[in-house]
Amino acid sequence: MRSYLDFEKPVAELEAKIEELRALSATGDNGTIGEEIARLEAKASGVLNDIYSELTPWQKTQVARHPQRPHCLDYIAGLMTDFVPLAGDRTFGDDDAIIGGFGRFRGESVCVIGQEKGSNTEARLKHNFGMARPEGYRKAVRLMEMADRFDIPVIGLVDTAGAYPGIGAEERGQAEAIARSTDTCLGLGAPNIAIVLGEGGSGGAIALATANRVLMLQHAIYSVISPEGAASILWRDTTKAQEAATNMKITSDDMTWLGIIDGVITEPAGGAHRDPAAAIAATGAAIDKAFGELNGLSRDTVRRQRRDKFLNIGRSL
Amino acid sequence: MNWISNVVRPKIRNMLARRDTPENLWIKCPETGQLVFFKDVEANQFVIPGSNYHMRMGATARLKSMFDGETWLDIGVRDVPLDPLKFRDARRYTDRLKDARTKTGMNDAVKLGYGRLDGLPVVIGVQDFDFMGGSLGMAAGEAVIKGLETAVDKGSPFILFAASGGARMQEGILALMQLPRTTVGVQRLREAHLPYIVVLTNPTTGGVTASYAMLGDVHIAEPGALIGFAGPRVIEQTIREKLPEGFQKSEYLKEHGMVDMVVPRQELRATLANLCRLLTKAEPGTAAISPAPERQALPAPSNA
Repeated sequence: MRSYLDFEKPVAELEAKIEELRALSATGDNGTIGEEIARLEAKASGVLNDIYSELTPWQKTQVARHPQRPHCLDYIAGLMTDFVPLAGDRTFGDDDAIIGGFGRFRGESVCVIGQEKGSNTEARLKHNFGMARPEGYRKAVRLMEMADRFDIPVIGLVDTAGAYPGIGAEERGQAEAIARSTDTCLGLGAPNIAIVLGEGGSGGAIALATANRVLMLQHAIYSVISPEGAASILWRDTTKAQEAATNMKITSDDMTWLGIIDGVITEPAGGAHRDPAAAIAATGAAIDKAFGELNGLSRDTVRRQRRDKFLNIGRSL
Repeated sequence: MNWISNVVRPKIRNMLARRDTPENLWIKCPETGQLVFFKDVEANQFVIPGSNYHMRMGATARLKSMFDGETWLDIGVRDVPLDPLKFRDARRYTDRLKDARTKTGMNDAVKLGYGRLDGLPVVIGVQDFDFMGGSLGMAAGEAVIKGLETAVDKGSPFILFAASGGARMQEGILALMQLPRTTVGVQRLREAHLPYIVVLTNPTTGGVTASYAMLGDVHIAEPGALIGFAGPRVIEQTIREKLPEGFQKSEYLKEHGMVDMVVPRQELRATLANLCRLLTKAEPGTAAISPAPERQALPAPSNA
C-alpha cells in the first residue's frame, strides 16, 4: 500500500482509477480498458513529473521524511557486499540509531557509518527514529579511527532529524560526542564521502557529514534546525514551519549555490520512495565517481583538501 | 500565559533594558532576590556579593579582567558576507544585526584580544551573550578561527570564553558550517602543540558546545552556568518529564566528567595564568594562585 503525501493527491486519484480498471479487466476481457489504462498511466506519470519538478521546500521536507523512502540499511544492502556491522562505543553501550561497519563497495573495502530511521514501527523504535545518542557518535569515532588506521575510505550516510535530546544523552556528553565525531572526520587521512539521503538535521548530521565530498539526494534537505524548530524559536509559532523551510534555504539547489555540497544525486521520477532501487543505484554511481576523484591522493593531501574546503565555505559568497 | 506576561512584562523589560550603564541602580539577584547596588556588582566582576551569583559579563569587561594592565591589542577579523540568505522571520535579519551592533558596540558576537596574562602572551576570545544571544554565525566563526590562527602565529595559548544560545538560525546552513570550520582551527592549534583552554560561562548551549567549546585541552566552568547541547525546554518537551535539580549546570557537568573544574570568577585569572604557564612549561608567574590542596592525613592502616 503506497502512502501519498497531500500534494500528491492528483496522482493518487489517477492511480486509484488505474487500479479499478485493472481489477475490472481481470474479471471481464475488454480491449478498450487496456488502452484506457495506458492513457491514464501516461497522464499520471506526466502529473507526477510536473509536481516533482516544482516541489516547494516544505514539500521536499515531506518527501525527505517519507516513510517509504529508502534508508541507510537499504543503501547498505543495495551497494555493499560482505558487510559486517560492528557495535558499541567500548565505553557505555551501543546505539542502533547509528549503523556502522565494514564491507565492500565495488569490490573494495570501505567503512560505512549512517543514521537509520527504521522502516516500520518496531524498527523505528529500535533505531530511535534515527536520532543518535552519544554512544552512536562515539561508535562512529571508533570506526573512523579504525578505518583510518587501515587506510580504508569512509562513507557517511546522513539521515537524521538531529541528535537525540534526552537526559541520558546530555549526561553522557552529547555535545562533546558530536564535536569529537566532526573532529575525527576532519582528521582522516583516508578519503571520506558523505551523502545526505533524507534529512540532514543540524549537529547530529554534520558529525558524519564533514567529508571530502558531500553529496545530497535531489529531494533531501539539509539545515541548521528543523523547519518546525525554527518556526517555534524564531517565529514563536509552530504553524510557520512552511515559511521557515522556505526562508532557511534547505534544498539541494540551495546547498549548491551556497557552496555547501559537491553534487546532487538525481532521484527517480516521483522521488526515491517510488523507485528505491533506482535511487540506490544512482547513489552508488555517484559514490564511485567521487572516490575516483580522490583516488591516489596522499593522506596529507586528502586531509588538507578537506580542511581547506570547509574553511572556504561562505568566504566567496 | 495571559496579557500580563505577554504585554506588561516585556514592556517592563524594555524599560529596564533601555537604560545603558545605569548609575545608582539597584539590581536584584536572580537567585536570592536580594537587592544590590549595581556599582558594587560591577566592581566585583559582576558577581553578586553575598549570594555569589555569577552574572553575565560583556566581552570588553572580560578582556579587561584578564589582561595585565587591562590593555591588549584588538585582533581584526575578515569581513563576512552580509545576510546571503536574505533571511527574515518576524523581522529582517539585517535589522536585528543593526540593533545588536548599536546595542553592544560590537561588530558581532566574538571579540578577540592579544596581550599578556600574568606576563605570558596569550590570545583570548570572548563570546558576548548580549550580541544576539552570542549566536554562532559566519562572523563569530571567522573570529574563533582567527583567534586560533593568531595563537598559532604568536606561539601562544588560546583562551576562549564561551557564552551562546547556539548556532545563529538566521544564517541557516552557513551557521551549521561553523562547527566543522572552527574545528579545523582547533586542530591547527593542537598540531602546533599549543594549549587551548575553554571557559564555559552562563549559558553555553547548542552548536557551540557541539564544536570548539567542547574540544579544549582544559574545560573550566563558571559556577552555576547552564551548559548543554539541547536546551532544557526542548528536552522537557521531548521526554515530557520534569528535569532533575541542577541538570546541565556546571557542577553537574563536572560530576559527569565533561569539565575539569568549576572556578569562581575571582579565581579565574590566576587559574588560567597558572594553567597556561604549566602547559607551556613557563616559569611560575606572580598572579596569586589558589593555595595548594590541603594535604590530607593518610588514614591509619587498620589492622582489624
